[in-house]
Amino acid sequence: MDLLKRILGILWIALALLTAYFCIFQFGLPKLSTGHQEDVVFGIIILFILTPIISIGLGVFGYFALKGEFSADKM
Amino acid sequence: MQETVNKKGIWKVIGASSLGTLIEWYDFFIFGSLSIVIATKFFPADNPTAAFLSTLATFAAGFVVRPFGALFFGRLGDLIGRKYTFMVTLMLMGGATFLIGCVPSYETIGFWAPLLVLILRLLQGLALGGEYGGAATYVAEHSPPGERGYWTSWIQTTATFGLFISLVVILITRTVLDENQFDSWGWRVPFLLSIFMVYVSYLIRKNMDESPEFKKAKSEGKTSTNPLKESFGNKYNLKFVLLALFGAAMGQGVVWYTGQFYSMSYMKTVMFLDSNQADMILGIALLIGTPFFIVFGKLSDKVGRKWVMMTGLALAIFTYRPIYEAMYQLTNLENKQENVDLRTTENKLVVHDSKRDSVQTVNKFYTDGTNEKITTTKHLVENTEQTAQVKSTVFLSGSKYYMLIALIFIQIIYITLVYGPIAAFLVEIFPVKIRYTSMSLPYHIGNGIFGGLLPAVSTYLAMNAKTTGHSDFYLAGLWYPIIISAVCFLIGSLYITKSMTHKDLNQ
Repeated sequence: MDLLKRILGILWIALALLTAYFCIFQFGLPKLSTGHQEDVVFGIIILFILTPIISIGLGVFGYFALKGEFSADKM
Repeated sequence: MQETVNKKGIWKVIGASSLGTLIEWYDFFIFGSLSIVIATKFFPADNPTAAFLSTLATFAAGFVVRPFGALFFGRLGDLIGRKYTFMVTLMLMGGATFLIGCVPSYETIGFWAPLLVLILRLLQGLALGGEYGGAATYVAEHSPPGERGYWTSWIQTTATFGLFISLVVILITRTVLDENQFDSWGWRVPFLLSIFMVYVSYLIRKNMDESPEFKKAKSEGKTSTNPLKESFGNKYNLKFVLLALFGAAMGQGVVWYTGQFYSMSYMKTVMFLDSNQADMILGIALLIGTPFFIVFGKLSDKVGRKWVMMTGLALAIFTYRPIYEAMYQLTNLENKQENVDLRTTENKLVVHDSKRDSVQTVNKFYTDGTNEKITTTKHLVENTEQTAQVKSTVFLSGSKYYMLIALIFIQIIYITLVYGPIAAFLVEIFPVKIRYTSMSLPYHIGNGIFGGLLPAVSTYLAMNAKTTGHSDFYLAGLWYPIIISAVCFLIGSLYITKSMTHKDLNQ
């Protein structure tokens, strides 16, 4: 089980990168370029608040998992 | 005898904590429930600055400010105590809500009106961010060992019940006043009422003692001097914060928002169900479903928090699509047969504010009891018909009506499964000296950000599917809660262990 937890760490890091791509290029930047003020606010919140929390948070979680921080002996 | 005294004491704790938290949710939700009136009074759409402030009020209070409130008040709660901190959040929320009801309209004071409302809304978000963690921690630290799931589940009912109370207060105000009175000043009543509720809650809370766990830690000099650093700068604790977020809170956030808010918007905008009927259906489902927070909170004391929450997530992942397909088919008129003999058509001229509209209403009746009302409104300019607006509203009756209540009720049960035990779960994985800070942040990111994003992301997905011509575009918005729940289920099932959720609260 501990080995599986470590291997899956790679998946969480990959997911963090995928989320960052989706948030920045599919959601955030297109919103900034629509010209509507409400979209600009939403785009800024996506890019500068949500993306860091979701992507960096999940990335750090994946890194901890990969390093074995969630192994039974470290809980 | 001692047992009886303890039970009495804990009921007082539950009553005082739950009432305050219920009022905070009430305060937070009336702004959303009255958003259409508020928009006309403070944020006129034809004024770009006001519209900009309106967007900020919507997104910032829900997404950004709540986690900051969690950090600010969480730190305070770990430094000076739970009781005083959640008294402050209660006063802040009540004061801000009362003042929203006092702000003069945009017509009277111009730009200051939306700016003041925005500031007060941000204060509401901050207060909410600080309240929940305090109440959950306070109750858990008073609870007998082995019963934390049960006692904290009372706090968990308050969010759903707060929404329900806000709808009831607005409904009563609308019923007592006529439409003009409500539009002119009556909409302020639910906001102004808050100050009385908060005062009562303050009187009850002020006589409560500090949490015994915190008092003990303080007397032994074991409280934290820098809760933020110890919570998020310490790798050992940070990994639990991340696990609480990605293994529980984010899934709980999307399941909660799907059952309580997405379902309502789906009934109104996708199924074209009559707005009052949709509100009533959700209200009934909420009322029947709310006691299950207690049931599953108590169950989590017996079988553990993890699998109760994971069951809720798994059910959501595998059944959301069939549930929403069944909901959609209940009002899908393509599969119904019209009783043409019963069809009625009514034409009338409506005059308002020197404008004249020609309104045609066609009532169609279907063999299964469904009724469709199609209203076509044409604006008349110099007796010439200009633009036309067509609005279709569906009314359900009989077994279809009860079927829809059952489908919403199932989603409320999923909420109770994931939300019932989560307060006890979050409290138990963090040590007493940094508990308020550590548990508040993942909870409010999970709810505010992952849950709060649901309407925007789901609408985006559904619009994309519609544009690309997918026949089941009406289900596309569900991919967001399904994927988030699936990731959360995987992380929670694999990484949450029994040892981390069964710590002594005194640690």
